[in-house]
Amino acid sequence: MADLLPEDAAPPSGFDRRKFLTWLVASPTLMVAARCGLDLPSAQAAEPTTDPAALEETPLNLYVAVRTDGRVVATLPRTEMGQGITTAVTMLVAEELDTGLDAVDVCTADADPRWLIQLTGLSSTMRYLAGPLRAAAAEARARLVTAAAHRWRVLALTLTTTQGEVRAPDGRRLGYGELAEDAAHVLLPEVSPLPKSPGEYTVVGQPTGRVDARDIVTGAVRFTLDLDIPGAMPTVVARPPTLRGTVLSFNASTARAMPGVVGVVQLSSGVAVAARTFAQAFAARDALQVTWAPGPASHLSDADIRTRLRDAIGPRPLPPLLTTRVVEGRFDFPYLAHAPMETQSCVARVTGDVAEVWSGVQDPKFARNQVAAALGWALTPQRVTVHPIRAGGGFGRRFFTEAAVEAALISRSLGQPVKLMWSRNDEMRHGHYRPASHHRILASLGPGGSILGWQHRAAIPTVEFPHGFGDLLTSLAGQVLPEVTSALFFTLTQHVPYQFGWVAQELAEVPLPIPTASFRSVFTSQVGVANEIFVDQLARELQRDPVELRRSRLTSRRLKAVLDRVVLEGAWGRTLPPGVAQGVAVLEEWDSAIAHLVEVDVTSGTPRVLRVIIAADVGLPINPKGVEAQLQGAAMDAMSTTLSAGLHIDAGAVREGSFADYRWLRMKHAPASIQVHLVRSDNRVGGVGELGYPSAAAALANAIARATGTMPTRFPILDEGA
Amino acid sequence: MPAHQFILNGQPVSVESPSDLPLLWVLRDVLGVTGPKYGCGVGVCGACTSHLDGEAFRPCLHPVGEVAGHEVKTIEGLADAAGLHPVQQAWIAEDVAQCGFCQPGQIMAAVALLRRNPQPSDADIDAAMSDNVCRCGTYVRIRSAIHRAALLLRSAAGPQRR
Repeated sequence: MADLLPEDAAPPSGFDRRKFLTWLVASPTLMVAARCGLDLPSAQAAEPTTDPAALEETPLNLYVAVRTDGRVVATLPRTEMGQGITTAVTMLVAEELDTGLDAVDVCTADADPRWLIQLTGLSSTMRYLAGPLRAAAAEARARLVTAAAHRWRVLALTLTTTQGEVRAPDGRRLGYGELAEDAAHVLLPEVSPLPKSPGEYTVVGQPTGRVDARDIVTGAVRFTLDLDIPGAMPTVVARPPTLRGTVLSFNASTARAMPGVVGVVQLSSGVAVAARTFAQAFAARDALQVTWAPGPASHLSDADIRTRLRDAIGPRPLPPLLTTRVVEGRFDFPYLAHAPMETQSCVARVTGDVAEVWSGVQDPKFARNQVAAALGWALTPQRVTVHPIRAGGGFGRRFFTEAAVEAALISRSLGQPVKLMWSRNDEMRHGHYRPASHHRILASLGPGGSILGWQHRAAIPTVEFPHGFGDLLTSLAGQVLPEVTSALFFTLTQHVPYQFGWVAQELAEVPLPIPTASFRSVFTSQVGVANEIFVDQLARELQRDPVELRRSRLTSRRLKAVLDRVVLEGAWGRTLPPGVAQGVAVLEEWDSAIAHLVEVDVTSGTPRVLRVIIAADVGLPINPKGVEAQLQGAAMDAMSTTLSAGLHIDAGAVREGSFADYRWLRMKHAPASIQVHLVRSDNRVGGVGELGYPSAAAALANAIARATGTMPTRFPILDEGA
Repeated sequence: MPAHQFILNGQPVSVESPSDLPLLWVLRDVLGVTGPKYGCGVGVCGACTSHLDGEAFRPCLHPVGEVAGHEVKTIEGLADAAGLHPVQQAWIAEDVAQCGFCQPGQIMAAVALLRRNPQPSDADIDAAMSDNVCRCGTYVRIRSAIHRAALLLRSAAGPQRR
């Protein structure tokens, strides 16, 4: 029966959850299920059963299974997009089971409503899943040990586990595979089923290379468009020049006659062409004659948007009593495209009344519902199977699933599977964007340099959260009441970590017909950045050192510790040549705390980042190398968007079309080093994915302000129009 | 349709297709060689970077007719019977990759750089590698990996690898 499970760790198409469960039933081996949730649940072993339906109904569980060949399979309701969760999960499971990293396979779960949350975002994967994963793996180990004790008729407490085996003091040993079936029948473990204490860890917390590194460097990893789904036709879509423009009429007679063309399908978003190769599909797309109706934002350009945002700020509130001086800061941030390296893509096969899609989605359940609704199956979404595929970057873009919806509609129309790819232009010009924003911060100063108040009002177009926080309720709210979800998210995430007297942060939502989405760190990418830049401005006003001012006002012990660490490692205040300066900034979010120290050289006129020093308290760093990579990458994002990458809107159309004009930083702009120092205040598992962006951006802006004497207020700094 | 013959990863191949079909799509859609990725199709991202007669090139910009009679190498052809190429080994040792989408192109660009310049400085790396975008921001580790690969290549006994 084992042949139902492919050799490959994460096969794209052959791995079917149903088959997997059936296989477990048919050959009952050990499968441990733990409830996914915020709390550490009590793990429970699934009873071996001959009724597949019973297993199918096991609610909302995270599975760790041991196969008869000794391999351990963890089923993960999250999508790998480069954040390294596959490696971290492998480490957690290997740790608790005392087996090798190479004995663990991590599979991504298909969309399934029994998972409470399948959304990959909010820096939540490790925060939510580390506990249940550890519990499930520890439970599995306890049952394997108990099974061995029964087999050998010895006390379970005398047995040890190592390298995927249970060992007895007399030298007997049994591999997990040999025990898996017995272990499934163990009713009561006779050794502790509790996870190890962090002091016992030998794998977790050790810097560990990615488990998929070899597949990546040999080109073996498969992204959506690398899958070999038989008969799937390469497909591209002609899209309107403006955002959400629509098709008025089109003539496809030339396109249809072109070599390789399989079919032409009209969509609400454009006109799709399927062909034998993508080259032929692109050529035929270019031969389409389409008349477009302009989209709903066609009356809006940058200047209009900036005016609308500024107008939403409103009059100044009265300052607190005893205020002697009010210092004002104004900041403008641009629209940003997520621009993942892998453009939006999807393979879809719609046959009769069922659909199957393969795509790098950040929320497979949302994708399933969207595809079902588009196909007219809103009430029977179970007809749609969504296979989440490893994605080439996400950053928030892949919460939205237009590619899956389009691919499903095209597949149904053509009666054959399609392989839909968005072009880079599509990706840039028809995305969901981090919205532009305008900010006013008022700092109220009192006698003797006291700080009496901090009022931050942010005018931001409504951020769309139709996926909610990954659960049904907030997803519904996000679709019906987008302003409410957006405001709620703002309130939940935006904090000022200083004793600044009367602190108020308000969101003024500006409804604009330009599609928006979460972007790495969401509101903090603007609100948090502006705050930390203005803290430096306040230090200048008060003629205080920015580090000293922060230290005196920070309310968080963790923030003080990470700030102290970058001050030490980066030698804050050391003598630097003219035109070179340091900047610092801090952030506490997602149960983690971080500080950045950035050194920048402005002598050439174009700021060049020389080095970045990061100190982060993420609690228990499951894989310090993974944390380091995330923080280094977020620093590059922050540098890119602070210095040179930003979108322009011209009459409802996005000007930038590729990495040629969307100036994300390249190797030549990368600093000589981005050091990451980990500070560990406790063993909570903090979030990492979004943590590294806001204070990196602010520290860079602060360094530029200190080098040039002018505080940057409009981003990206190098955009002449900004 | 004309048949285009070239060497792909050491094997002779013959492809019947229009001469102006970009090689990227011949590789991906006709031959099923998916290591080179589409990132822009216009030569500004580097995700499809491969080798033409040992030099880095962009299959998205080169029609298949141009490569007839030449040797094309993609990421799939980099490792040989002796194992991973030193650049691939260095990439693993430095734990470079995040999402991995751009890395085949990055690695092929780095191999080409090291063939031209076995001991590149940081400035040489910046000059040679700045046409390859990495959206995950792995640049500092790519730089370290190229230095490490240079050391591996220098210390490697035996014939010159390519």
